[in-house]
Amino acid sequence: MHPRTLAGGRSARIAGTAARWVLGKIGGGLFVLWAVATAIFFGIRMIPGDPAEAIMGGPGSQASAEALAQARADYGLDEPLYVQYFGQLWRLATGDLGTSYSLKLPVAEVLGELVPPTLVLAVLALAVAWALALVVAVLSTRSGRLGTALASGLEIVSAAVPHFWLASVLIMLFATALGWLPPVSTNSPAGLVLPVATLALPLAGFLGQVMRDTLDAAHRSPFALSARARGESETGVLLRHSLRHAALPGIALSGWAFGSLLSGAVVVESIFARPGLGRSLLSAVTARDIPMVTGVALLSAAAYVVIMAFSDLAERLADPRMGGS
Amino acid sequence: MNAPAPILRVENLGVSFGETPVVLDVSLTVDPGECLALVGESGSGKSVTARSLIGLAGPGSTVRADALEVAGVDARGLSQRAWRSIRGNKVGLILQDALTSLDPLRRIGKEIDDALRLHGSGSGAARAARVVELLAAVGLDDPVRRASQLSGELSGGMRQRALIASAIALDPALVIADEPTTALDATVAAAVLDLLAGLRAAGSGMLLISHDLSTVAKVADTIAVMQAGRIVETGSTEAILGDPQHPYTKALLAAVPAGKPRFARLSPATASPAAVAAPAPEAPSAAPGESGQPPALSARSLSRSFKVPGAADFPAVKDVGFELLPGRTLGVVGESGSGKTTTARMALGLLAPDAGSVHLFGEPWSAVPEAQRRTRRPSLGAIYQDPLSSFDPRHSAGQVLADALSFGATRNPRKHAGRIAELLSLVGLAPEVAARNPATLSGGQRQRLAIARALAPNPRVLICDEPVSALDVSIQAQVLDLLDELQRRLGLAYLFISHDLSVIRHMSDAVLVMRAGEVVESGDTESVFTAPQHPYTRALLAASPAPTPGR
Repeated sequence: MHPRTLAGGRSARIAGTAARWVLGKIGGGLFVLWAVATAIFFGIRMIPGDPAEAIMGGPGSQASAEALAQARADYGLDEPLYVQYFGQLWRLATGDLGTSYSLKLPVAEVLGELVPPTLVLAVLALAVAWALALVVAVLSTRSGRLGTALASGLEIVSAAVPHFWLASVLIMLFATALGWLPPVSTNSPAGLVLPVATLALPLAGFLGQVMRDTLDAAHRSPFALSARARGESETGVLLRHSLRHAALPGIALSGWAFGSLLSGAVVVESIFARPGLGRSLLSAVTARDIPMVTGVALLSAAAYVVIMAFSDLAERLADPRMGGS
Repeated sequence: MNAPAPILRVENLGVSFGETPVVLDVSLTVDPGECLALVGESGSGKSVTARSLIGLAGPGSTVRADALEVAGVDARGLSQRAWRSIRGNKVGLILQDALTSLDPLRRIGKEIDDALRLHGSGSGAARAARVVELLAAVGLDDPVRRASQLSGELSGGMRQRALIASAIALDPALVIADEPTTALDATVAAAVLDLLAGLRAAGSGMLLISHDLSTVAKVADTIAVMQAGRIVETGSTEAILGDPQHPYTKALLAAVPAGKPRFARLSPATASPAAVAAPAPEAPSAAPGESGQPPALSARSLSRSFKVPGAADFPAVKDVGFELLPGRTLGVVGESGSGKTTTARMALGLLAPDAGSVHLFGEPWSAVPEAQRRTRRPSLGAIYQDPLSSFDPRHSAGQVLADALSFGATRNPRKHAGRIAELLSLVGLAPEVAARNPATLSGGQRQRLAIARALAPNPRVLICDEPVSALDVSIQAQVLDLLDELQRRLGLAYLFISHDLSVIRHMSDAVLVMRAGEVVESGDTESVFTAPQHPYTRALLAASPAPTPGR
């Protein structure tokens, strides 16, 4: 084959691969959203109780039979299940998330206000967890057996600590006893410290274990010895070789980690009385606010799909063996 | 005395890890343009010696020496910074297995460029040009493209060349090569050795480390034989190979199968039980073929191809046929990728051929369903290159054997205690081995255990797929001797697969030479080896190392 046609064929093939990858991600994402919408639709109807009562303000509201019937008709709850299901799917597909039962506001509008604070919380927690995990991993490979044992112990403990316990301890220590930070989270930087720490510490322990193992193995590998034999310094081996190897499993886990941060946000936002998706999901479920629950669940699923695609992309960029570049 | 100053002078080097001494009183001298080979088995301390010469003996090590002069620098007590200016610049290190010795995440060109960049050699563009020049110099085709490839995209030989390029980027005065050809096929290894010989001819001093005397014979001027951390004998290549003095050197030379007739012992005669029980006849007593009995294993026109995503099917085996007579050995030789293992898997009935058939003792084997094969499986056994990965890591040696003896019904060694002891003694293992985990056994002991397991159901045919390729020469000799003894005692037929011609020649009655999935030559061993017909067989023979001085 002529070299030029070979090169041209190669770039065309790469473009084709990239297009297939993007289409695959979009198709997979749509499938996940449909599955979540369906699961939520049927799942929420299995909870005992009458949604009409929820619309009228809950079982304590003593609404009359006529009022309940009227609510059912207004919200289409008296129609056959399949009509409701396909109607729901159609509305979701056209971007109509409906009106919250409890807040009487469009769900999209409510979510628009809740997303930014939760996103800030999750992204900061992920960044802090990465930074902590890397620092501990690098320090421990440089400090011999004792440092490694210490780092490993720290990581196991922090990975095992539940969010609610860690949050309570942090509040008691830094808010109640020392008074350095507010116990209730606002959007001020100081108010973010404790919630972010609560989410980041267990994740850092988890990421740290995986990354430290890989970093250690890379440091002891023959290619690191080759690099040293070329005159590379320990810092050079770290920056040019082992850190990249250590980052790979971290990147692969980050998509999953982001999902776990969203569910962690339910606990953390409630404890720190912080507005956000997690806390609203909790109150929406309690109030049987079907449109709100559906909206939050779909949004989380969409966020998860997007994050997974990004982590996949990042992995491909960091690992040339996967043919990303 | 007008001799040039040596590039490497070591006197009484000692290396220990904690309290454990690993290298003791090692003294070496390498002159410019000289090649010194350091030969010994795994664990003899050769690699640690090599690494301490560039200050990389490893964490927890203590290095002391009466003299340690590297490229004219007294290297005792050098700071790390001073060491770094020597490494890569004055001394280049080439490691075994370039797959793991080049960073799998970085492009080949980057790895080579590092050596230039670290020692401040030129601008980026100048270095890029030098990288391409180096890749061409080590004999890689299309060097511009190679520079942009990952090590995983290159073949073993190309990777080793790239690794050599990174080590010689700055024309170091001393090149240390630690088992540079051990992972390579014979023709590729020969080419890499030629490349190293070329460096030496260009004036570099070279320290060549190997476990195999026949590998170094071609290039070394001087050989130092190392055993248990000490150098036991040093001399010119001619003297060491022609007139070895130390018993260990003699044993190493005797272990090399090249040029040793069939059934000649390679390892010192220890009273192994099999040997005692069966005084060796000159040749297998059966005279198969004439007695009219069917071949133990035969294959007719076997073909098999594999699907490759985005490409045409890859034909791994094309029209291969053979006959293995009872009590005899059929050697299958070829380089990696020649289809040897695919053939073995079809012979074992583990892989269905696309075309052709396998017969076991004259009965259809590949053509019948597995349910019908199962009752006949005991007559066919197999051993592999890496026995450890074929043992369940949770099982003791006794459990491994009990499992094989009961066809998977029990792993309780007490139920088969008598037979387990018998099998262990048959392969020359102590009865206590039954209680040990295979992971704690040495490489040779593991392969003996694998042989014992294969013998458990009393097979009559054994398929041996590279059974000694991962072993040191002296251990290889013991395992080959064991296989010889077992064959004579039990009348086993071997389908013996190896990439090593001297092993095949020593072990086989008849030979099949494979290349790219096809049999290029076959016949009885002596005629194939003494009068090869096919050019590929001749090329293989020419590349095969022998323990005779090359110059």
